[in-house]
Amino acid sequence: MVPNIHELVVEAPDVAAAIKPGQFVILRPSETGERVPLSTSDFDREAGTITCFFQVVGESTAKLALLEPGDTIPTFAGPLGLESEIENFGTVVLVGGCFGIGSIYPIARALKEAGNEAHVILEARSKYLHYWVDRHEAIADSVTLITRDGTLGTKGHVSRIPDILNKLKIKPDRVIANGCTFQMKRVSDITKPLGILTIVSMNPIMIDGTGMCGVCRLTVDGETKFACVDGPDFNGHLIDWEEFLQRRKTYYEEEIEPLRRSGTGTTVHVCRNC
Amino acid sequence: MADEKKAKKKPKINPKRISMPKQTPEERVRNFEEVALGFTPELAIQEAERCLQCKKPKCVEGCPVEIDIPGFIAKIVEKDFNGSIAVLKEKQALAAVCGRVCPQEEQCEILCILGKKMEPVAVGRLERFAADYEASQGKVEIPHIAKKTGKRVAVVGTGPAGVTVAADLAVLGHDIVMYEALHDVGGVLMYGIPEFRLPKDIVRREVDYVKKLGVEIIFDYVVGKTRTINALLEDFDAIFVGAGAGLPWFLEIPGENLNGVYSANEYLTRVNLMKGFRFPEFDTPIKRPRRVAVVGGGNVAMDSARTALRLGADESHIVYRRSREELPARLEEVENAEEEGVIFDFLTLPIRCIGNDHGWLVGMECLKMELGAPDDSGRRRPVPIEGSNFVMECEAMVASIGNSPNPLIPQTTTGLEIGRKGNIVADEETGLTSLDKVWAGGDVVTGAATVINAMGAGRKAARSMHEYLTGENNK
Ligand SMILES: Cc1cc2nc3c(=O)[nH]c(=O)nc-3n(C[C@H](O)[C@H](O)[C@H](O)COP(=O)(O)OP(=O)(O)OC[C@H]3O[C@@H](n4cnc5c(N)ncnc54)[C@H](O)[C@@H]3O)c2cc1C
Ligand SMILES: Cc1cc2nc3c(=O)[nH]c(=O)nc-3n(C[C@H](O)[C@H](O)[C@H](O)COP(=O)(O)OP(=O)(O)OC[C@H]3O[C@@H](n4cnc5c(N)ncnc54)[C@H](O)[C@@H]3O)c2cc1C
Ligand code: SF4
Ligand code: SF4
Ligand code: FES
Repeated sequence: MVPNIHELVVEAPDVAAAIKPGQFVILRPSETGERVPLSTSDFDREAGTITCFFQVVGESTAKLALLEPGDTIPTFAGPLGLESEIENFGTVVLVGGCFGIGSIYPIARALKEAGNEAHVILEARSKYLHYWVDRHEAIADSVTLITRDGTLGTKGHVSRIPDILNKLKIKPDRVIANGCTFQMKRVSDITKPLGILTIVSMNPIMIDGTGMCGVCRLTVDGETKFACVDGPDFNGHLIDWEEFLQRRKTYYEEEIEPLRRSGTGTTVHVCRNC
Repeated sequence: MADEKKAKKKPKINPKRISMPKQTPEERVRNFEEVALGFTPELAIQEAERCLQCKKPKCVEGCPVEIDIPGFIAKIVEKDFNGSIAVLKEKQALAAVCGRVCPQEEQCEILCILGKKMEPVAVGRLERFAADYEASQGKVEIPHIAKKTGKRVAVVGTGPAGVTVAADLAVLGHDIVMYEALHDVGGVLMYGIPEFRLPKDIVRREVDYVKKLGVEIIFDYVVGKTRTINALLEDFDAIFVGAGAGLPWFLEIPGENLNGVYSANEYLTRVNLMKGFRFPEFDTPIKRPRRVAVVGGGNVAMDSARTALRLGADESHIVYRRSREELPARLEEVENAEEEGVIFDFLTLPIRCIGNDHGWLVGMECLKMELGAPDDSGRRRPVPIEGSNFVMECEAMVASIGNSPNPLIPQTTTGLEIGRKGNIVADEETGLTSLDKVWAGGDVVTGAATVINAMGAGRKAARSMHEYLTGENNK
């Protein structure tokens, strides 16, 4: 799609028939691959297809990027997790970055259909990393683009959100953020003093995605939750972010090993935010 | 009485059971291959000859699936090994599995008449021998399959409960579709019980048998999510839910979300299902910490502690709040763990996990316990000794203190009665739930139990389902 972010369209009629905005799938690119959770960016119930965006960060996503159109993969399970809350909240601001530019789209669409005023803010490092802007424009009340280097739209990062809200002259009833962890944490940090309820879609390490292993646990409001069955959406102001970031690094050392070995390491560029 | 007379006529009975060859402890802690090597035909015959062929065999009463134990043993004595497996298969679709992991010493073997004066007949080992013999011959007998009934049955979960239902109903001529959330068959047999105790090829072989009966298996299908039970009912005449008890408990002590703290499910799943022990050939990584503390005292704890050694830990501890007598694990597995060098810390209760600045576990604060008066379970209750706090250093902690039934189906099915512990409520004799046309059995009903109990529940449910499907109202 854009450098390092790939679009994946999978034919899986049963999953496509059942999936709702905010849910995710788990797939394995090969028989020896890990189980990779991905958020859904779109679904076509008639064609029976699901669209996901993924970023190449390690061995399994690198393998996924090497797939050719028409290939089949051994595992594609879903929908998993709870769907996003969709109601008429009033005014909602949706913030997407990285693969979240895609995965926030069906949520925006559903909220719009439910009668909300939906404002979308999309963030990327540079102009060439934006995608699906036209899609968002087709459904949202406004779309604001942010680039780190200022090559498109507002220069900066999500810290510019208060300015953007001022410019749009809106006071949102709810903010929803999808994307990499740092971006979601920052959005939560910004909205907390403003007192705006903020929902984030958490992406911890997972294995089964059905509540069986507990690796995806995080602390929300002092309680342990399993992201795969209790989430992935949580109130960003109640999450223990520090613990979450630590847990995500569990396998850092081990993951570097297969990258070196497979030679895919050269093409990898881990998101600078994460 | 009659039995005892016979015993006198044959005074040659060996009071000791024939021991089964095993890998030595030194050898086996360094590999993931099966610990017990199994009987040779000669050893099997010697052991089989110890059986008195009781007219009213006590042993059978202890077997939840009522295997004709003297019957299959007699065939081994006659060297008719294929005949032996045929007798087993009348009641048992997973003989090679149960022969290995059944708690025989509390079920069939504890009731064996020989057990009064000497060691009981090694029923489990003989069962394993017969099943392995058949497999080694490379051809597996397929039983006669009844005429198609045209009824369609969905089975949720490919653990022992589901497999039993599928096999029983397929033989009776019903069309079966199994749905499995994960990408491989077998449930706990595949992702929980380690390779060195139950080789995964054996599980696959036994489930293949079910496929040969014409059962279709659909993987990566999460019932409740991909489709609900209520929706599946539109396409099926009956449904069996055998979704198991997969939801892990933690100790609920501070610091449990530190890196290095695992549920036994995660630890064992990484190694078994995802083949972490073959990392980096398989992509799923597993940490190899130096000191591992496994909290709990059941089979799951023994499996985790022994797995830790095989992954190269210098020290693997079992931390248990009661004493050795109260360990719920099978004695054989406790002994295996001891031989392999697992360190047992009895009467010890972790109260806090301690982390370093980077969020990694470096130790656990524990209390020493003493045993007080017996509690509801009849076991003496452990009571903390005040001021006995100490720190046990470790880089990994594996919580192995139990599991609850998988919540997905209870959460998403309307009209299904759910018990206090999140279990599906089902009739003990028939497995029928509060929802019409839906049966359930195994760990999802009872909470974590045993392979053979799950199979027993599956057998009863299959009988009840067959009656319903072929009943007058359902022609
Ligand atoms: C509910 C959910 C939804 C997700 N949706 C998407 C999506 O739509 N698009 C997308 O690109 N990614 C998504 N992710 C993240 C994605 O699953 C991981 O990037 C992927 O599993 C990494 O696999 P890998 O084998 O390529 O990398 P690994 O080899 O497993 O990891 C490479 C590096 O990435 C880090 N890492 C490990 N796990 C994660 C993780 N879960 N998230 C981020 N970094 C990780 C590790 O520290 C490691 O250093 C989602 C995760 C969850 C839990
Ligand atoms: C480490 C360990 C060691 C053990 N050792 C022994 C032993 O030595 N002896 C013994 O007798 N017992 C032992 N047990 C217990 C025994 O394995 C279980 O009691 C038995 O497997 C229960 O069988 P089941 O069919 O009810 O469920 P499971 O074996 O748990 O199978 C349930 C299946 O259903 C699937 N499933 C769950 N939810 C869904 C869904 N929504 N949709 C589709 N599929 C779903 C799961 O993925 C799984 O494959 C051990 C257990 C563990 C964890
Ligand atoms: S299935 Fe278990 S209880 Fe029954 S005979 Fe075999 S080992 Fe004994
Ligand atoms: S196994 Fe024991 S109880 Fe059973 S028939 Fe043989 S001797 Fe009798
Ligand atoms: S991924 Fe295993 S419990 Fe959530």
